[in-house]
This record gives sequence, C-alpha cells and structure tokens, in this order.
Amino acid sequence: MVKHTVTLFAGALFGVGIAISGMANPAKVINFFDIAGTWDPSLIFVMGGALITTFIGYRMVFGTRSAPLFAPSFSLPTKRDIDLPLVGGSAVFGVGWGISGFCPGGALPALGLGHFEVPIFVAAMAAGILIARTILNARGSVAPA
Amino acid sequence: MPTEFTPFTSLAGGVLIGLSAVLLMFAQGRVAGMTGIFAGVLPGSANREHLWRVVFLAGAIIAPFILTFGANVAVPFAVPVTTTMLVIGGVLVGIGVTFGGGCTSGHGVCGMARLSPRSIVATGTFMIATFITVFIVRHVVGLGG
Repeated sequence: MVKHTVTLFAGALFGVGIAISGMANPAKVINFFDIAGTWDPSLIFVMGGALITTFIGYRMVFGTRSAPLFAPSFSLPTKRDIDLPLVGGSAVFGVGWGISGFCPGGALPALGLGHFEVPIFVAAMAAGILIARTILNARGSVAPA
Repeated sequence: MPTEFTPFTSLAGGVLIGLSAVLLMFAQGRVAGMTGIFAGVLPGSANREHLWRVVFLAGAIIAPFILTFGANVAVPFAVPVTTTMLVIGGVLVGIGVTFGGGCTSGHGVCGMARLSPRSIVATGTFMIATFITVFIVRHVVGLGG
C-alpha cells in the first residue's frame, strides 16, 4: 500500500509539473519550436529544470543505494547500439510532435485538464504504438514496454 | 498565436518532473518514461508487472484534474492545429516513440540524466525533426498560427 501511495505521488508530481510547466499546452510547445515565428523559449527552462534535478537526484540514489525501496533491483535500459530504429523512430516522433504539439509525457497528464482534443490525440497515439508493435513483432524484435 | 514567456513556472514545473523521475527511481527502480509507461498498460503488452504503471499514470492524470477542477488553477491550454493534424501527429508520435524506444521524458530527461549515448542521439534527433516540422508546417505550408 505504501508502495502504491509513493508511486501515485510520483505520478502526481509528474502531472502537476507537466501542467504548470506548459508542456501540456500544444500552443506553447509549438511556439517553442517556432523560432522564425511566435517564439516562446519557456520550454528551455522545463528541460533544464527537469534534467538538472534528475541528474543530481539519480546520482544521489545510485550513490547511496544498491536497490530501490520497493523492488529487488534497478530496471535500467540495457540497449547500447545507435541504430536505424532509434534514429528513424525519433525523427518520426519529432515530425508527429511538430504537427500536433503533443508528446506522450505532455498529452497523458493533459487528459486531466478536461479538453476534448486530448483524448483524440491519445487514441491516435495508442493506435500508432499498436501498429509499430505489430510491425516489430512480425520482424521478431521486441517492442519497448 | 503567441504564448506568454513563463521562465519561473516552467522551471518550477521542470523541477517537479525531475523530482518525480528521481522518486520513481528511488522507490521502484524505474525510468519515468511516458512511452514505456503508457505502452505497458495498452492491451497485448507482454508484461507481468504493470500495476505500478497504472498507478503512476493515474497520479499523472488525476493531479492536473484536481489542480484545474478542485483548486481552480487556470492551466493555459490551446490547440492551434486541426483535428486531422492531431490524428496524423498522434499516429506518427506513437509509431516513432515505439521504434525509437522513448520520448521527451524517457530519453530527454531520464536517459540524458544518465548520460546514455542512445538517449542523447534520440533527443537531438527528435528536437531537430520537430524544429524542421514546425518550420515547414507554419512557414512553408502556412498552417496554424
């Protein structure tokens, strides 16, 4: 129970952070990328704040603990290769992000804001994930989960 | 449509996102990547351990809901794109993050904080692709604004 309360609280921190930062607002996100137009550099501060906090916090966690509080070991990504799926997939993600103004971490908390556009995007994104997973499974490689 | 430059709330939001990532690593030993978390709760996910994902997602969605409808905090939100663009963008985001193995939260925050070469390449790739896409959509095709 304590475990789930802590995880729920971590999710809530994420959701509030996304909401107040502007990452859940497609107009603001697209403006960040629109240097030639209505540029709004705010998202540099989101990325900077998140990255510096995580950089320091991860070092404190990994430096002081050999395992997490509620799991037997840390589950860190093990892939190391820089390959076509990584680069091509990231490029396709960027195109979709630029067209819609939503990324997964922005859109999911935005569901809580009560606007009709968000579930449309999230349903389309879920369809995209399932399409890609079907392709990956057919090729015999395992989709990230 | 211009948006207000908000360095302080964006920085504060970024720090909360970072604290969430650190807390999730400390408690569950997991990366706070929305791609993996969301993909892991979709039907057909071959994962035995997905309760923590449901709980984290619930927190991430409920917290902005309470912020908006409980605390009456006005979270700025505007969608400067058409429904068709939301759907096309959503499908591309879903496909891209699945092949690329992550998004802004997983690669851009957690992976970059671990100095993972894959995440640095992925983040650089999707940021550049998004800048180019927004330029083409807004200033070449002339959609949205």
